[in-house]
Amino acid sequence: MFGYYLDLALRSLKRNKMLTALMVLAIALGIGASMTTLTVLHVLSGDPLPGASATLFYPQLDPQDMDGYEPDREPPRQVTWIDGMNLLHARRADHQALMTGGAVPVQPAQSGLDPFYSDARYTSSDFFPMFQTPFLYGHGWSAADDEGKARVVVISRSLNDKLFGGKDSTGQTLRMKDTAFSIVGVLDEWRPNPHFYDVNMGNYASSEDVFLPLATARQLQLDRNGSMDCWGNGGGDESNLENAPCVWLQFWVQLDSPAKVADYKAFLANYSREQKALGRFQRPVNVRLSGLMEWLDINKVVPGDVRLQAWLALGFLLVCLVNTVGLMLAKFLRRAGELGVRRALGASRREVFAQLLVESGVVGLAGGVCGLLLAFGGLWLVRRQPSDYAALAHLDMTMLLATFLLAVGSTLLAGLLPAWRACQITPALQLKSQ
Amino acid sequence: MDILPILSTLRRHKITAFLVILEIALTCAIVCNAVFIISQRLDRMAMPSGVDEHRLLHAMLANIGATSDGKARTQEDLAALRQIPGVAEVASVNQVPFGGSSWNTGIKLDPKQHTSTLNATTYYGENLVRTLGAQLVAGRDLLPDEYMDFDDVVRAAAAKDNRMTPHVVVITQKLAERLWPGQSALGKQIYLSDDPVNVVGVVKELVRPSIWDDATASYSMVLPIRVSQGEYLLRTASPQDRERVLAAALDKLKQINPHRVVLKKHIFDDMRHNYFQDDRAMAGLLAGVCVALLVVTALGIVGLGSFWVAQRRKQIGVRRALGATRRNILHYFQTENFLLATIGIALGMLLAYGINLLLMAHYELPRLPASYFPVGALLLWLIGQLAVLGPALRAAAVPPVVATRSV
Repeated sequence: MFGYYLDLALRSLKRNKMLTALMVLAIALGIGASMTTLTVLHVLSGDPLPGASATLFYPQLDPQDMDGYEPDREPPRQVTWIDGMNLLHARRADHQALMTGGAVPVQPAQSGLDPFYSDARYTSSDFFPMFQTPFLYGHGWSAADDEGKARVVVISRSLNDKLFGGKDSTGQTLRMKDTAFSIVGVLDEWRPNPHFYDVNMGNYASSEDVFLPLATARQLQLDRNGSMDCWGNGGGDESNLENAPCVWLQFWVQLDSPAKVADYKAFLANYSREQKALGRFQRPVNVRLSGLMEWLDINKVVPGDVRLQAWLALGFLLVCLVNTVGLMLAKFLRRAGELGVRRALGASRREVFAQLLVESGVVGLAGGVCGLLLAFGGLWLVRRQPSDYAALAHLDMTMLLATFLLAVGSTLLAGLLPAWRACQITPALQLKSQ
Repeated sequence: MDILPILSTLRRHKITAFLVILEIALTCAIVCNAVFIISQRLDRMAMPSGVDEHRLLHAMLANIGATSDGKARTQEDLAALRQIPGVAEVASVNQVPFGGSSWNTGIKLDPKQHTSTLNATTYYGENLVRTLGAQLVAGRDLLPDEYMDFDDVVRAAAAKDNRMTPHVVVITQKLAERLWPGQSALGKQIYLSDDPVNVVGVVKELVRPSIWDDATASYSMVLPIRVSQGEYLLRTASPQDRERVLAAALDKLKQINPHRVVLKKHIFDDMRHNYFQDDRAMAGLLAGVCVALLVVTALGIVGLGSFWVAQRRKQIGVRRALGATRRNILHYFQTENFLLATIGIALGMLLAYGINLLLMAHYELPRLPASYFPVGALLLWLIGQLAVLGPALRAAAVPPVVATRSV
């Protein structure tokens, strides 16, 4: 029966090409616009580390003085050097890493390459196992390297390609800011989106090319990038950030079970009380421990414009659907005579209804295919935009499937009313007027 | 006119009429809000900077090896840059308008205040006001002997030594008006730490390097602090030769000290262009969707109009046979469309207002000005009339003889 309905649908659609084209075009435009913006939204609000994100947490403490204190305000979004080091050395989590962004002058050994600046991350040894970074060659550095301020470095695959032609460079020397570093590892392609571990670098920044121990970077006074908030008389003196009343470091922990999460939160509260007793903290205890995805929400990483665009596109799809309902109604009612004959020959209302819905489904499918082409075009346009997330706008399998579901689903929905109206036709009346 | 018969016809085609009304209402609501957002973005992109944009150049360099004696090297750079033909003014600065990364601090009007009155950006750099070409509207510029070195200021601040911290500041007019409404800011004091800083000059406008809230976009101060972080601003004598001057300046800097790399180099016009690129993209996208919406709505009206005309061929024939002119038939369909559009527009206005309330709550958008309503109405009436013209003309072309034919 379905095959027959399909045949009828195609015949009917062919009969009035103009009207069919109008319907398909409206659906395609609506679907194309919606899928473009929804894909961007989907990509941008994705999980940066699928599988690992549920065990990653971001602690917050409030080390500020009483100036400007308001109860229950969010604590600073970064930590001071002292607190970061205390928490790091306490080792109360399964993994923990302290970090900041930076930039280092790379001095290639090859004569053909000019020196250049690379984005860097100064961090501690757990960074690699905690974030499950893939290694192409070698491995990360050890906690002993952190303590010993070792001159070791992990570089990205792209930097390895640039400097060593993609060969295994572990054990080789990399000169940065007139200092020789030994390469211990080369990362494979790794670009978590969003750039969750430090959103100051841009929410969708690509990951860094150079990773080296935080203590080493501080000892060599390497350039720091990112945001810094100070209170009291602190601020500005980059050479003495260790004692400054400033927050400028990010601290992440991995906690493998809910019990450990509760324990860690208690530990943070305890730590704050202790620091208050010591006189370092002044404010009442105010600690937070957010999960990775929650942290992204708090930082509002998905741009407001992208959400607005998605709403706009859905509004546009709604108009296109109303338009389709109208056109389909016109189409079905115009065929009142034909439907009357089918009813008179014994087709039940249900069968006529099914036949008309198949026809809407075909329109939806055609609209979906054209809409998909438009979405590809739309995403191509998005990728040409200058924003840092632009390059990420690609359609994945989920969104491809969603396109067709949305197209056929919404068109069937749009077909319901016209099909129901067309079923109400009394066969006798139609036959009589013929 | 034909209004009564039209209404009675529409009552028999409730669903179709309702669909047309709904489509027009939705389109009207979305287009009104979209156009409003576009105009907001265009306003933002035209935000005044208060600086001599067409003649400004920006360069940022970083040393490759460990640095020593940055202050002397900066003075050397500045002296060399001044020698380049076509350069009018030079400054070594800590940040530039529309540059992105910024230095900010809280301002208090009383040192005992619990929280800061507001947050403003701090520009440092000798000769900065003149190089930027900011217009002084009251008081004076900072004097050379008032300038202090950044390192000394930081050290003094940490040691709570108020002799080596700045005591004078130049602020923008907007900041002055916000701090002391209706009064002259000259001679007034602000507190960045425990010590007062005197306002000695007011500039007409000076935009921040990065703007979170458009209302505070020109909350800027210039403090008498010398910096040497390798970031330079140049003002050329004329806009024509700025590309040449920028290239010459970079050559010169590399020549003085080859052991460094250029991190940034811009003509200021490009900095403005880059700063507002997201707004430009958003405005373009919204404009595209508006056009698409209007086209889809127009096509919908054409489709339904044609259907109606086809359905009523016989009635039209009867009316023609009974003496109605072509013009009467044409007007009938045009009036019908006008009625539907009017109802749709009225509903659309309400909906537009509702959407605007939602946007105000979630996207910090201001209230939709009332002037958008008549313009939106006019636009949709026009689109409706244009779209229905084709089907209406076809209806008018129906010959009276149709009435006599049995189908």
